[in-house]
Amino acid sequence: VGVRGSDIVVLGVEKRSALKLQDERTVNKICMLDEHVCLAFAGLSADARVLVNKARIECQSHRLTVEDAVSIEYITRYIAGVQQKYTQSGGVRPFGISTLIMGFDSDKVPKLYQTDPSGVYSAWKANAIGRSSKTVREFLEKNYKEDMDRAETIKLAIRSLLEVVQTGAKNIEIAIMGKDSVIQRLGLTEIETVVAEIEAENEKEKEKSKPSTSQQ
Amino acid sequence: METLFGITGKDFVITAYDSKAVASITLMKIGEDKSRELNSHSLMLFSGEPGDGVHFSEYIERNIKLYGIRNGIELSPKAVASFARRELADSLRSRKPYSVNLLIAGFDVKTNRPALYWLDHLASMVDVPFAAHGYGAYYCLSLLDRYHREDITEEEGIKLLQKCIGELRSRMILNMPDFVAKVVNKDGIRIVQI
Repeated sequence: VGVRGSDIVVLGVEKRSALKLQDERTVNKICMLDEHVCLAFAGLSADARVLVNKARIECQSHRLTVEDAVSIEYITRYIAGVQQKYTQSGGVRPFGISTLIMGFDSDKVPKLYQTDPSGVYSAWKANAIGRSSKTVREFLEKNYKEDMDRAETIKLAIRSLLEVVQTGAKNIEIAIMGKDSVIQRLGLTEIETVVAEIEAENEKEKEKSKPSTSQQ
Repeated sequence: METLFGITGKDFVITAYDSKAVASITLMKIGEDKSRELNSHSLMLFSGEPGDGVHFSEYIERNIKLYGIRNGIELSPKAVASFARRELADSLRSRKPYSVNLLIAGFDVKTNRPALYWLDHLASMVDVPFAAHGYGAYYCLSLLDRYHREDITEEEGIKLLQKCIGELRSRMILNMPDFVAKVVNKDGIRIVQI
């Protein structure tokens, strides 16, 4: 899930529940492409690894040739271009991933882009990819507000994930970026706090919608 | 030719470069940056052919950065210097070799020790307690031999550097403009006034 606020962008992913013997730290679905760009993907992890590697090289190559950091749109266009190339060549198959790319350009405006296996890309205010993305996207459409502040944006991202992730804070990973263009991953306690807040609000909603017997 | 200095101490490396950019007999600019920060604890100073210096050092800088982003951890100064040396060695037997001399200064956060490497355009590399490139080396290495100790503090290091620059000012036929000094320690890289 990706959500854009007034001065913050949030990426949230559902962590596949770790198999008992697996080392969780090596399974990371949110990747840093450059210091100011972050990518989350849904689909085949191996394909993502290859594409992220290409993108990282392109970020540094861009810095070397034009002495400037990539803009979020540029790197999205590059990734989408690579994905498209693999739909039109012989002997290759398309990359089996959709990506959400977020970051801040030098204009300090938050950006969120999405690409898919066909090589189409577009900018979004909020979007979801992967399993049950349709449900989550509809939830986002209903609940998105313009110019949300930091806390509201994080809460919306987590709320939309909770629609499909039944097991709660343990299986959610969140990365945020503010105007300072520094990627921050939220810790488990921070996520749990927001989840608790959301659950409390849900309880209040349920209480309100319950018909009170005294009004009869 | 431009002068580069590097001096290690107890837990830091101080480096200095003369900030002039020369073309033939003309002083093109004072205030030229002859260093590149390769990662948060490694600094590279270059001298020699002006175009080659910038081209080579920026290439190394970008590759070291890429390693950091790909692997989530930074290369140690020794690894950085080895990588740079390898690139110089490959360029040596190509059509036109890079004509750059380097000083790579760093602080290894794993072993908590400062590191200084002297590299030249023939891809030699040595790990040294102090080093210099350019004409300045002829005047100052003996000074550094005499006064350098492994465990000097940052203030003593700066004083030693000032002694070297003073020697150049009094004995070199060329005018020596201001030097820019940078220190690398466990907290990173910063400019110091000398």
